[in-house]
Amino acid sequence: MSTTQPHLASHFNSPQQQFDSGKLGIWLFLTTEILLFSGLFCAYAVYRSNHPDIFAFAHQYLNKWLGALNTLILISSSFTMAWSVRAAQLNQKNLCTTLLAITILCGSAFLSVKYIEYKNKWQEHLLPGPRYNPRELPPAEAEALDDQSRDRKGATWEGGAASTLPHGRSLTVAALIPPTETFRAPIGPAGLNPAWVDNDRSSRFSMSWLAPTPSLEPEPNNTHIFFGIYFLMTGLHAIHVLVGISLITWLLLRTTRGDFSPQYFAPIDFTALYWHIVDLIWIFLFPLLYLIGNT
Amino acid sequence: MPSPIAHIVPFKILLRVFFALVILTVLTVTASEFNFGRFNLFIALTIAVLKASLVLLFFMHLFWDKPFNAIVFIGCLIFVALFIGLALLDSTQYQNSIHQQQAPGVQHKPLHP
Repeated sequence: MSTTQPHLASHFNSPQQQFDSGKLGIWLFLTTEILLFSGLFCAYAVYRSNHPDIFAFAHQYLNKWLGALNTLILISSSFTMAWSVRAAQLNQKNLCTTLLAITILCGSAFLSVKYIEYKNKWQEHLLPGPRYNPRELPPAEAEALDDQSRDRKGATWEGGAASTLPHGRSLTVAALIPPTETFRAPIGPAGLNPAWVDNDRSSRFSMSWLAPTPSLEPEPNNTHIFFGIYFLMTGLHAIHVLVGISLITWLLLRTTRGDFSPQYFAPIDFTALYWHIVDLIWIFLFPLLYLIGNT
Repeated sequence: MPSPIAHIVPFKILLRVFFALVILTVLTVTASEFNFGRFNLFIALTIAVLKASLVLLFFMHLFWDKPFNAIVFIGCLIFVALFIGLALLDSTQYQNSIHQQQAPGVQHKPLHP
C-alpha cells in the first residue's frame, strides 16, 4: 500500500477519502476567512448606511479603471489556477507548471497595481485618521502652517476666508461660530483646517490622474474614515494575495520536482480553493469601494 | 484518463466561466457609469453575487462536489448575514448623540481652556 501510494496517510482508507477529508478541512478554513472579512464588511455596512454621503464623496478619489483592471487580472489568475488543477489531474506537468507561473505573474501584477494606487494615496494624503489631508501644501509651506497651528494662531477660523475657497465650497459653519467661542478643527479631517484655503489644485502631483479630483462637493466631515475602511479591506486582501503567491510558488517548485500525480494533487486543489476565495472577496470589494456612484 | 479521486472540470466550462466573469465585470463597470439612484448598490451587488456564484460553482467545484462542502459554506453565509443584519439593526440608534458627525465633545473643544 505504502509503496504504490506514497502520499496516502495510514489513517485513511483510500486516496479519495484522504482527498475529501482534506477538502472539507480547507472549506472549514475558508469559512473562517469569510467570517474574518465579514467583520470588515460589517464595518463597511454600518458606516455606509449611516453616512452614505461620505462614501459617495470619498470613492471619487479611487480610480475605478485601475480597480477594473485588477478585477480582470484576478479573474484571469483564478482561471489559470482552476486550469492548473485540471492539468495536474490529467498529469500534464509542463502545462501545470506554466499555468502556476502565469497565476503567480497575475498575482504580482495585481499587487503592482495596488502598489501604484497605495503610493498615489500616500502622496495625495488620502490616508486614514490624522494623516488625511488631500489638499496638502508643498512641504515647506505646510511646515510653516504646522508651526503656526502649534502656536494655536492659525487654527482660529476667520469667517471672511470662506469666499476664497475653491470650487464654491461653502463653509457657512464658520459664520455660525460666535467670535468668543473659538473652535479647534478636529484632528484628522481637513474640515476646518485653513491650510488649504489658498491651495491651487493644479499644483498637485503629476500622478493625480490616479486619484480623480472629486466633482461632488462639498466634502463631508470625517471623509478619512472611508480611507480607514478602504485600507483595512484592501490591505487585508492584499496580504491574502501575498500569502497566495507564496503558496503557489511552493506548488510550482513541487510540480517541477514531480511531486504531484493524478492520485495526489490535493495541495494544488486546496491552494486553488484558497486563491478563488481571495478572488471572491475582491469581486465584492471592487463594486463596494470603487463603484459607489452618486447615491 | 479520468481521475479516480475527484471530478475533472472540462476545459470548455472553465473557459466559458472565465468569459462570463469578464463580461460581468465589464457590465458592472458600465452600469456604474449610469445613475440608477437607489438601485446602484442593488445592481452592483447582484452582479457581484452572480460572479461569486460562478466562481464557487465551477472554479471551486461546488457544482460537482459532495453537497457537504456547500452546506458548510452556506452555513457560513447564514452566520455572516446574521452578523451584519443584527449589527445594522441598531446602528442608527446613536445618531442623535452625534453632532455634525463628530462624537460628543470633539468639535466643541475650546482653544484656550
